[in-house]
Amino acid sequence: MPLHEAIRLALGMVRAQKLKSFFSMIGVLIGVTFLIAVVSIVQGMNVYMEDRFVKKLMGANAFQLRRNPNFNMGGVDQETWLSWRRRPRISAADADYVIPRLRTDVTAARWSEDRAAIMVNGKTAKDISLQATEPAYFRIKNLDIAAGRVFSDQEVRAALPVAVIGDLVAEKMFPGVDPIGKAVTIGGIPYRVVGVAVKQGTVFGLPLDKFVIVPYTSPARRLVNPLGILDEVSFQVKDPTAFRDALAEVEALMRARRQLKPREDNDFHLQTAEGALGTWQKISTILMAALPGLVAISLVVGGIVIMNIMLMSVTERTREIGIRKALGARRRDILAQFLVESATLSVVGAAAGVGLGLGLAWVVKELSPLPAAVAPWSIAVGVLLGVFVGIVAGVYPANRAAKLDPITALRAE
Amino acid sequence: MTAAGSPVIRLVDVTREYVMGDETIRALRGVSLEIMRNEYVAIMGPSGSGKSTLMNTVGCLDTPTGGEYWLAGQEVSRLTDDQLARVRNKEIGFVFQTFNLLPRASALANVELPLVYAGIAGKERARRARTALERVGLGHRMDHRPNELSGGQRQRVAIARALVNEPAILLADEPTGNLDSQTSEEIMRVFAALHSQGQTVVLVTHEPDIAAHADRTIVLRDGRVASDERRQRAA
Repeated sequence: MPLHEAIRLALGMVRAQKLKSFFSMIGVLIGVTFLIAVVSIVQGMNVYMEDRFVKKLMGANAFQLRRNPNFNMGGVDQETWLSWRRRPRISAADADYVIPRLRTDVTAARWSEDRAAIMVNGKTAKDISLQATEPAYFRIKNLDIAAGRVFSDQEVRAALPVAVIGDLVAEKMFPGVDPIGKAVTIGGIPYRVVGVAVKQGTVFGLPLDKFVIVPYTSPARRLVNPLGILDEVSFQVKDPTAFRDALAEVEALMRARRQLKPREDNDFHLQTAEGALGTWQKISTILMAALPGLVAISLVVGGIVIMNIMLMSVTERTREIGIRKALGARRRDILAQFLVESATLSVVGAAAGVGLGLGLAWVVKELSPLPAAVAPWSIAVGVLLGVFVGIVAGVYPANRAAKLDPITALRAE
Repeated sequence: MTAAGSPVIRLVDVTREYVMGDETIRALRGVSLEIMRNEYVAIMGPSGSGKSTLMNTVGCLDTPTGGEYWLAGQEVSRLTDDQLARVRNKEIGFVFQTFNLLPRASALANVELPLVYAGIAGKERARRARTALERVGLGHRMDHRPNELSGGQRQRVAIARALVNEPAILLADEPTGNLDSQTSEEIMRVFAALHSQGQTVVLVTHEPDIAAHADRTIVLRDGRVASDERRQRAA
């Protein structure tokens, strides 16, 4: 019997016994649902991490010179943390030493941050990210301006009290008013708003638009760090292939400046996107490693269920097998018929699982800050697993059907 | 295919033994017979006479323990399961007492079944199945399922299915056993018509009335041929 006819026959069987078919394919369905949903969410996280997290928080092709890592998704033990605390802080002098000595073409920006309160017309907002930096920082972080402008290098040199504010700050503190040219009071000193940044959205549900950015030379620097101290220096390479060179140069210059001996560890941290993503990559690796096991368990269970249903089906249809044999069906015809039926059952389950998994991923995406992105390969794997499970589960029942003696089978009730 | 005048069925000292526990049952104890092309033969005998075993052997559902069985010029007594399946498909058309139609398939699909296993493709298959159904007078019922047909109609579908591959013999096992006498007569008329068109028909029955339709009656008793009578039909 040609394959397409066998499949049509099998689909007819699935349709004729909907409830039974549903129960027999539920194991495969759950397994594939799980596979698709988890892969979609992990994949979505990967895309999110690269798109939002890296580009927004780190800047593309950028790295930061810091005292210690700031994105710690995993736990850090007490000892490590203490050793970080003992490190010397990054100073403005470090930046002045390193930046002019770099031979790689980079954009560099000094940057410090703390939480601070701001005041507009007697209205106070607390817990605003107050960042002290220079114009290059906006380029590195791809932080575009929606209205007004970025403060200039001259304003930085002149240590003028000017500020660029985040979208959320503009919205909350200047409702219905154009904030450009208005004053924001930071640490008792009025700052003139020169620009409003483009809305940045959220990362993991945390808003990125609650900030005020001022020149690192302006009076507010005392609110974020002691004089001459920086949180980080951001470097962005112009040519992405020179990334490693720039990283190595900064490391060498800092080691020279700190007079570290060859065997001594760095007493500073160079934060790259890769490093910051390391913890996430660890989590996703564990998830992806555990996934096959979990999927395998439900597929094995699903396979056993299908095998049982197929065995029942062979018993129920002994007469039919007898008729088919009497009319000239060979062993391999009967074998193929039941294998195709079992595989069809399983593939229908897998296909339903793909649909359900995609639905589940979509629900997660809509209802939680977790993103989801469908990986086409996971759909292919899901369906192929369906075929595989179906065939494996069908071998024993189909073989039993194929070996039936036609005379006995014809006599069956 | 065999030359005209040569037997379609030739059994030479066929024996069939079954082992049941420590007992050996000798169902056929040396049956020899020849059936020629276009004969209409009834095989009779009381239960336990070996009638069913003979039918299974002739129908290539079973192989003899000893002796030779030649069907349409081919020795089939030593074939494997799959080779037997091929022979059944090409040379034998079964008609059963209980019709043995697939309940979920239409009349047409049921008749197509032997063609499916003969490897004949869709269009040609439907065409031949339709012709076969028309031959038994069921051209208007092709899309009906067996449970939508009367007993007589079901048996006609089964006959169409048996004929569709143009087999060497039509082998009917109590074909009227589940039918009332009027329908039985109808079915027997179908067999007579097929026979007159040149079909070799072998009828297994225990009813003398039914056997009377055949030109030759072979009676089995205790696994042997007890009598073999040809009857000249009155014109």
